[in-house]
Amino acid sequence: METDRDDGRSPSQLRPLSCARNVLHRAHGSASWSQGDTKVLAAVYGPKAGTKKNENPEKACIEVIWKPKTGQIGKLEKEFEMILKRTLQSICILTINPNTTTSIIVQVVNDDGALLVCAINAACAALVDAGIPMKHLAVAICCCLAEGGYVILDPTKIEEQKMRGFAYLVFPNSVVSVLPEGLSHVEGEPMEHGIITSVTHGVMSVEEYLKCLERGRAASTKLSDFLRRSLQSQLPSDSSKAA
Amino acid sequence: MGVPHASGDLSSEMEVDAFRHLFPLRYFERHLSESIRPDARPLGRARDTTLALGAVASAQGSALAKIGSTTMLAAIKMEVMTPSTESPEEGCIAIDFHMPPICSPIVRPGRPAEAAPVISKQLSDTISSSGMINLKELSLVSGKAAWMAYLDIYCLDADGALFDAALLSAVAAFSHLQIPIVSLNDDGKIVLVSEEDVGAKLEKEPVNKEKRKLTLSSIPFSLTCILHKNYILADPTAEEESIMETLVTVVLDSSARLVSFYKPGGSVFAYTSAVQDCVALTRQRVKELQEILDEAISGMETD
Repeated sequence: METDRDDGRSPSQLRPLSCARNVLHRAHGSASWSQGDTKVLAAVYGPKAGTKKNENPEKACIEVIWKPKTGQIGKLEKEFEMILKRTLQSICILTINPNTTTSIIVQVVNDDGALLVCAINAACAALVDAGIPMKHLAVAICCCLAEGGYVILDPTKIEEQKMRGFAYLVFPNSVVSVLPEGLSHVEGEPMEHGIITSVTHGVMSVEEYLKCLERGRAASTKLSDFLRRSLQSQLPSDSSKAA
Repeated sequence: MGVPHASGDLSSEMEVDAFRHLFPLRYFERHLSESIRPDARPLGRARDTTLALGAVASAQGSALAKIGSTTMLAAIKMEVMTPSTESPEEGCIAIDFHMPPICSPIVRPGRPAEAAPVISKQLSDTISSSGMINLKELSLVSGKAAWMAYLDIYCLDADGALFDAALLSAVAAFSHLQIPIVSLNDDGKIVLVSEEDVGAKLEKEPVNKEKRKLTLSSIPFSLTCILHKNYILADPTAEEESIMETLVTVVLDSSARLVSFYKPGGSVFAYTSAVQDCVALTRQRVKELQEILDEAISGMETD
């Protein structure tokens, strides 16, 4: 059941996380997020007046621009942009600033596996830094399914290529405030167990997917604690920025 | 369902059509609370699906798929190429998905639709990870020549569940595909053998002797569902997709393994029960689609 990973981690051990906010002084909000050697920089500009064509002007519009490390953007980056946009739309409160556009620019600094989840986490921290109204945060995690059916978390690029399949999962962060029963629990499951986004690659059985979900949920608690801690520790700099 | 009483009064005073346009969400929720959809379908039922193989005479494999009024035309052109050095015994598949302006009022001429590259990427991911096609079958001469299959899918009418229809048409086009006869000429180049030459004595042994079909193993089929409150709506129309935003696309192969569980955001979260319900709906749908595909193939063979 247990497996040795190239970097000596246990299957459900994440790589070292680091998060820094307010790293770009021209942007309205920015954050850098790294998981091991994967690093992503996110900048938020907005809300700016007006929405794009085909968008609902009664709601705030979110625009995601993906900048790869090198080269032009292709279909893969377009897909990432769309997934990021839909994910961020679901966590932001879009009715507060109707008919505005918020741009999120994601710059890949280094890709060593689990790139999309790193970008989602970075974008989320950058939105907090910019003070965009949000319902809750989102935490993203990558689960890999190895031969033999065991699940490993937060793979590196080499592990990602070796694996039979993997799933990018995004969950809401765990809520500390007391909510009425109907809000915090849906159908007997706590709110943070709901999937905001799921993208899978490779063939797996339904049971294996549910196993990935379970492991992902467990790890998302750790991630959301880390996110909360790193956002709280930087609060003083936030007040100086507001002033 | 918690539809406010006031809206009930309003709807009885207003014309149905006006109510539908002014309060689209309430209009839908009134239907959903009666377990029915405005087009008279129960929540879990997909629209009527038809499949026609061989719709494009000039292509080596083609299919026209219709789910409700969503229409997709898929065609495969085969070309001979030199395989890459990493995989000398494998052919290659290139998939492109097109959304011309005729398909929907949202797509404007000159501006490519945002959804097109995303669906195109999803299709190639699904087809490659399902392992439906053994790329070795596309090889001609190891290291020298292999087939490149260009699959182009045109959306003729975009009325929701685009990925489902695109995948169905792609799978059908591959099952209709006939690999043409080629032979090696004196210069070591691959040449197409035309129909007339087949009867005549060939100077060179053809590389593949007769037109052959690909063996497709574990064919993937998909179903898109909308999650709205506690309801799950299978196979949404474009109108439903624009009103209720949370979409889930499940792809299962013919042996019921999960090829993809795709949920890009959306305001409704998928809990374990919803995941299982979506998978169960997809299982039923896979059976239906498999039958439709088998029928279309056997229809072609009797012709």
